[in-house]
Amino acid sequence: MVAPSSPPALRRLLDAIGTVDAVGVEERVAKYATRSIKKAAKVWGLRKAVSMVDLTTLEGKDTPGKVASLCQKALRPHDDSVPRVAAVCVYPSMVRHARRALGSGNGVRIASVATAFPSGQAPLRTRLAEVRAAVADGADEVDMVINRGAFLAGDFGRVQDEIAAVVTACGAAALKVILEVSELETYDNIRAASFLALRVIREGDFIKTSTGKTSLNATLGNNQVMLEAIRDHYLDTGIAVGMKPAGGIRTAKQALQFLVAVKETLGDAWLTPARYRFGASSLLNDLLRQLEKERTGAYQAPYYFSEAAESY
Amino acid sequence: MPSTAAKKSPRVPVRSGRPAPELVFGDLWTFDPAPETADPKLKPRYDLFIDGAFVAPKSGRYFDSINPGNEQKLAEIALAGREDVDAAFAAAQRAFDSTWRRLPGRERGKYLFRIARLLQDRAREFAVAETLDGGKPIKEARDFDVPMAAAHFFYHAGWADKLEYVAPGRRLEPLGVVGQVIPWNFPLLMLAWKLAPALAAGNTVVLKPAETTSITCLKLAEILQDAELPPGVVNFVAGAGETGAALVGHPTPAKIAFTGSTEVGKHIQRSLAGTGKKLTLELGGKAANIVFDDAPLDQAVEGIVNGIFFNQGHVCCAGSRLLVHEPVADAVLAKLKQRIRVLSVGDPMDKNTDIGAINSAAQLHRIGELVASGRKEGAEMYQPPCRLPAKGFYFRPTVFSGVSMSHRIAREEIFGPVLSVLTFRTVEEAVEKANNTAYGLSAGVWTDKGSRILKLSTELKAGVVWANTYNKFDPTSPFGGYKESGFGREGGRQGMLEYGQLA
Repeated sequence: MVAPSSPPALRRLLDAIGTVDAVGVEERVAKYATRSIKKAAKVWGLRKAVSMVDLTTLEGKDTPGKVASLCQKALRPHDDSVPRVAAVCVYPSMVRHARRALGSGNGVRIASVATAFPSGQAPLRTRLAEVRAAVADGADEVDMVINRGAFLAGDFGRVQDEIAAVVTACGAAALKVILEVSELETYDNIRAASFLALRVIREGDFIKTSTGKTSLNATLGNNQVMLEAIRDHYLDTGIAVGMKPAGGIRTAKQALQFLVAVKETLGDAWLTPARYRFGASSLLNDLLRQLEKERTGAYQAPYYFSEAAESY
Repeated sequence: MPSTAAKKSPRVPVRSGRPAPELVFGDLWTFDPAPETADPKLKPRYDLFIDGAFVAPKSGRYFDSINPGNEQKLAEIALAGREDVDAAFAAAQRAFDSTWRRLPGRERGKYLFRIARLLQDRAREFAVAETLDGGKPIKEARDFDVPMAAAHFFYHAGWADKLEYVAPGRRLEPLGVVGQVIPWNFPLLMLAWKLAPALAAGNTVVLKPAETTSITCLKLAEILQDAELPPGVVNFVAGAGETGAALVGHPTPAKIAFTGSTEVGKHIQRSLAGTGKKLTLELGGKAANIVFDDAPLDQAVEGIVNGIFFNQGHVCCAGSRLLVHEPVADAVLAKLKQRIRVLSVGDPMDKNTDIGAINSAAQLHRIGELVASGRKEGAEMYQPPCRLPAKGFYFRPTVFSGVSMSHRIAREEIFGPVLSVLTFRTVEEAVEKANNTAYGLSAGVWTDKGSRILKLSTELKAGVVWANTYNKFDPTSPFGGYKESGFGREGGRQGMLEYGQLA
């Protein structure tokens, strides 16, 4: 499909998929922030956002105990009126602890970052082995990182082949392909990388903005570029791929703006956790805080929501 | 021109067997009404503003100003007759001779700064009044009209004490009394465009707002009073065509500045012939928005939408003719229809409304008539399936495809949310079609190729050429037309020169 290792690879791909104008994208997404979402629509959006959260802990100091309390929060974020989150997201070594804490068949999925997250700088066979191990331990979803080095060097064939290899290694597990947008820098690159992934992943897989480990993560701008790539791919092939912005979405207000982008770009069929996720940790408590505010008319104290991310 | 021969066409779904995938923009998540609730502080009755005071019209006559969003009466507006216009010009001449021309530029600047700040202080109130009176969406009045009007006062306040630098080595002397007539599409903003440079240059003003949108003009008179602008420096006379004719035909003004229809503009130019009065006209347009096959299509579509549906298409520089390169014509049209489906049409006061009310019943009728002609002449029409409010003047966003240069909808200014889509094959054809119009106010070019932008910016006969964007305005940038779009510029240094004589 794409010739390997030739400098004009990006140019050729962009010729086929079209370019992106940065000023225009930012102008478009500024309009999402002006949407005024009140009352029932706000509650609907907040609850939907809760159900889309991939509740995440990705730290060197993660322990089985920390993961267990994260799982508890995932199963029952606040009280019975609030839906469960979509998934917990942990490192591969924590997958079996998460499985033990969650049990199975209760609707909360286990996602695991793999492929030498976040840098991806390990031999391919190591990365694939990690994916297989995570799946074997009980991961329902795998979040991989693309080979940004190969992408920036113009070796698109390699980037795409590696994604295809991970798809195979996933087996029945869903795959989320992390583009790490801050390292790709331009919207053109983000669109190109989206298509490299879209063309080899399956219906029900996702593309994802970032690892959360770099300075710039999900923004409305790169979310928009990726949503439009998903839309174009869907209209062209009929294959519906999901989207996961991750990192940097901390407030309920931001989450609603991202959902407005989904509503106005991909439509109703994507307003579901099967096709849209938020990779976040502190977002959940702000969603709960706003839901309580809508219910009671007053903001509750932070300790009401097991506030600190460290102490779910 | 990039090669298009070998290009696959990934954006146009062509498949056999199963139905083409479609996006669903339904009612899964509909937004609750989000009405703007600020008080516009309207008075039941507005008098004329002459010599620093609100005065009843000598005719004793008033007319109703209605809200086009729900057809309810907002206020009564005094109708200025010939005697009122006389009084306004007499006051303006007195103010010019006795105070305004003698005032140092830095003092005039202070008044303008004060007006700008007072307008900012009352921005929300003015935005609501503008939306109620004119029908534009509150988010446009709030985010564009009012802030941009204040920006024009700020910008020209800066010029007032720097007039010796407009043209190096020469001074810019005021003309005297200036007569101004403004349209109904951007009532407050057009007022600022006219008033600010005139006052900065040291002129005094008699201005007539459009008859359907007098309220924010007369509300601004309250700000002029609060700013303690000397009486008579600015006078507002409300009314329709007759009042306008009295103003334009009056012997006092040294200059007439008019923004409005080409028809009335021509009439004014004829009536001023041989009088020695200066004249600037900003008239109609039928702008071409040209999309090449290498353009970033999603952003181009956003620009097309912004170009034609901004302010319900009541924009003289609206991109009402979309010229799209044949290889991407289907893709652009498909994306455009998709985008239009998520525009929210309805109550102008709702913060989520993208397209508000048509300004008047007369304008709604004219749009309907031209759209009917488009269908009759065989163009293919698309309108999204949106519900419109029962009361008020509303028109669905409309896209005509299969339009050719001979269609009325490709030649006449519609001044409504109606886009005509034409195609072209080569750059030369695009330029020729773009220029083949009686108008020449603005144009848009969408391409990834910088050299083509530069080439078209000189070849397109239009006062403004936007590249990879549309409908961008700034007080520092001169705005005005070619051919039947008028002459003279507003904004920037060029705009200042129109309000004085070099000495």
